[in-house]
Amino acid sequence: MRELTYREALREAMAEEMERDERVFLMGEEVGHYNGAYKVSEGLLDRFGERRVVDTPIAETGFAGVGIGAAMVGLRPIIEFMTWNFSLCAYDQLVNNAAKLRYMSGGQITLPIVFRGPGGAAHQLAAQHSQAVESLYAYVPGLKVIAPSTPADAKGLLKTAIRDENPVIFIEGEVLYGHKGQIQDEEYQIPLGRGEVKRAGQDVTIVAWSKMVHAALDAATELAKEGIELEVIDPRTLRPLDDRLIFDSVKKTNRCIIVEEGWPFAGLGAEIAYRIMKEGFDYLDAPVVRVTGEDVPMPYAKNLEHEVFPSVEKIVRAVRDVLYS
Amino acid sequence: MDKTLMLSLYRDMIRIRRFEEEAARSYSRGKIGGFLHLYNGQEAVAVGAMSAVEPTDYIVATYRDHGHYLARVGDMNAAMAELFGKVDGCAKGRGGSMHYFDVAKRFMGGHAIVGGHVPIAAGIAFASKYRGEPDVTLCFFGEGTANMGAFHEGLSLAALWKLPVIFICENNLYSMGTPLYRTLSVEDVAVRAKGYPMAQEIVNGDDVLEVREVIRHAAKRARTESLPILIEAKTYRFRGHSMSDPAKYRTKEEVKEWMERDPIRLLAERIYALGIANEEQLKAVDEAAKQEVAGAVKFADESPSPDTATLFDDIYYEPDHHEQDEKVVPLEKRRQQASV
Ligand SMILES: Cc1ncc(C[n+]2csc(CCOP(=O)(O)OP(=O)(O)O)c2C)c(N)n1
Ligand SMILES: [Mg+2]
Repeated sequence: MRELTYREALREAMAEEMERDERVFLMGEEVGHYNGAYKVSEGLLDRFGERRVVDTPIAETGFAGVGIGAAMVGLRPIIEFMTWNFSLCAYDQLVNNAAKLRYMSGGQITLPIVFRGPGGAAHQLAAQHSQAVESLYAYVPGLKVIAPSTPADAKGLLKTAIRDENPVIFIEGEVLYGHKGQIQDEEYQIPLGRGEVKRAGQDVTIVAWSKMVHAALDAATELAKEGIELEVIDPRTLRPLDDRLIFDSVKKTNRCIIVEEGWPFAGLGAEIAYRIMKEGFDYLDAPVVRVTGEDVPMPYAKNLEHEVFPSVEKIVRAVRDVLYS
Repeated sequence: MDKTLMLSLYRDMIRIRRFEEEAARSYSRGKIGGFLHLYNGQEAVAVGAMSAVEPTDYIVATYRDHGHYLARVGDMNAAMAELFGKVDGCAKGRGGSMHYFDVAKRFMGGHAIVGGHVPIAAGIAFASKYRGEPDVTLCFFGEGTANMGAFHEGLSLAALWKLPVIFICENNLYSMGTPLYRTLSVEDVAVRAKGYPMAQEIVNGDDVLEVREVIRHAAKRARTESLPILIEAKTYRFRGHSMSDPAKYRTKEEVKEWMERDPIRLLAERIYALGIANEEQLKAVDEAAKQEVAGAVKFADESPSPDTATLFDDIYYEPDHHEQDEKVVPLEKRRQQASV
């Protein structure tokens, strides 16, 4: 076992896959000579050269499209968005091309491509730079969506994503890059569509992904002092979703809270809540509750921004609500 | 040479420089959060451009917007308070450094998605033409922006519909850590104008008078003939892309060479040569700017943080909520109403 940061784990995944498969290359803004806007790709240019670590102009529609074109004929691009906010410039490429080419062509086209980069809000970056976009992508049939919460998950899932034959949206937590965790020495992959119990408990199930897992775990630590045991489920892959793991947990706890950073309206948590309701209605002792980012563009001012985040405090309050305590 | 003009250009430029220096300091002290992109070194572009147009002409800027805001609106207190995330900021603390707004002064925003504001500027010009109003729109952006689809679409439409818009590319040689030769297929962004087509001009962005002259002509043409133009100002940012960028990708020699062409110093030298003012007099202007900055910091420090009860205000236009201010609904209540 070694301790790596989330950032290093991602880098290791890319390096190993690039080493293993010559068709894999990395493309995006500042990924090469600048060593990555968030230093995820640090050292990769030196190691793999300009042919395989390609700096692009600021042209998201363009380089997302170039990646899709290259994947259509057999390359396996990793396209980095400096942040997922900027992927919205390329939303057409991702939704109308990447997601649909296989289906529209009657299965003639295979599109092994990964779009990755940091998502979610950091600190005081205001409305255009503080968005959780997973619901926008999970909405689209033809795309797979991943949002890992730990270094180990980040590495194992990114390797699997790169080897997947489908377009994968890989959303990293911008504030998680410095997080440390244990990584096994041997090579490993984590299958898509498999969640993980991050903490076992019998009182309330919390479904959370990416940085919200950490908020949920903090809430669990706090509530454990009162003898309330939360079970924290991290689906890790948001599409396909590991419903089974969630249902099994809810059958045990009979209560569920979904914590997500994004906006509430038509958000991913609504779909998860629907599935729990449909499958596990008879097991529920309280309505499924969502703790989300507030329904507002992100304000800059620190005190306002603070109100918007789904905090530990809000999770604790939601737990008390579903426990009627 | 117009003495008052020269002095007022100097004053406007030194105000921006001193403001930015203080912004950097306040950022290091933790009074400012988020991204902070400074304008040091490029002052001649914003100041020259604003001085060349009417106060009723529209301005659209990027996230590197402090200089443009100060040159147009001038309100240092509101600018500093916005950086501090305070309620007296020019966007009530909602926008921060990257999103300055003053619609009354036709400062139509700082925008933080590269290229996204270029079609918006064309749209504002479209409205002027539609209404038969004489106003011209000035749209600022960097050379890195010239690779975005939105940039091309905006210019293409402006040319097609002959919109009164002046596109001003501030070519500071770098987009973030990337030198332009690595990302631009042309040496001069201005040549891109040919294909739309529209007029083009390259100016020395360190020379405030040259910028002023070129923009003055462009504005006149846009106003009388309703024609767009792409102007490329060659310039340099003295600091990193933002406060988190140590700018290690530039050589000391390169930075030094550009610093020698400091637009503020160039103007000062011209002022001396023409006998408009002496060193002492310019020093007094500088001193006044520093005082003003100190006052702005005090103002921003003392301005309150926005009331959290206003969190959900202004997501939509609501005809009566401003009148309702006295009966402020508590945040928890608003939260329940806003989302279920
Ligand atoms: C669509 C989009 N992609 C990436 C970014 C991140 N980003 C912010 S500024 C910038 C560089 C812009 O360079 P340039 O247009 O030359 O302007 P300058 O910063 O030099 O003034 C980048 C890549 C962004 N804000 N928007
Ligand atoms: Mg630039």
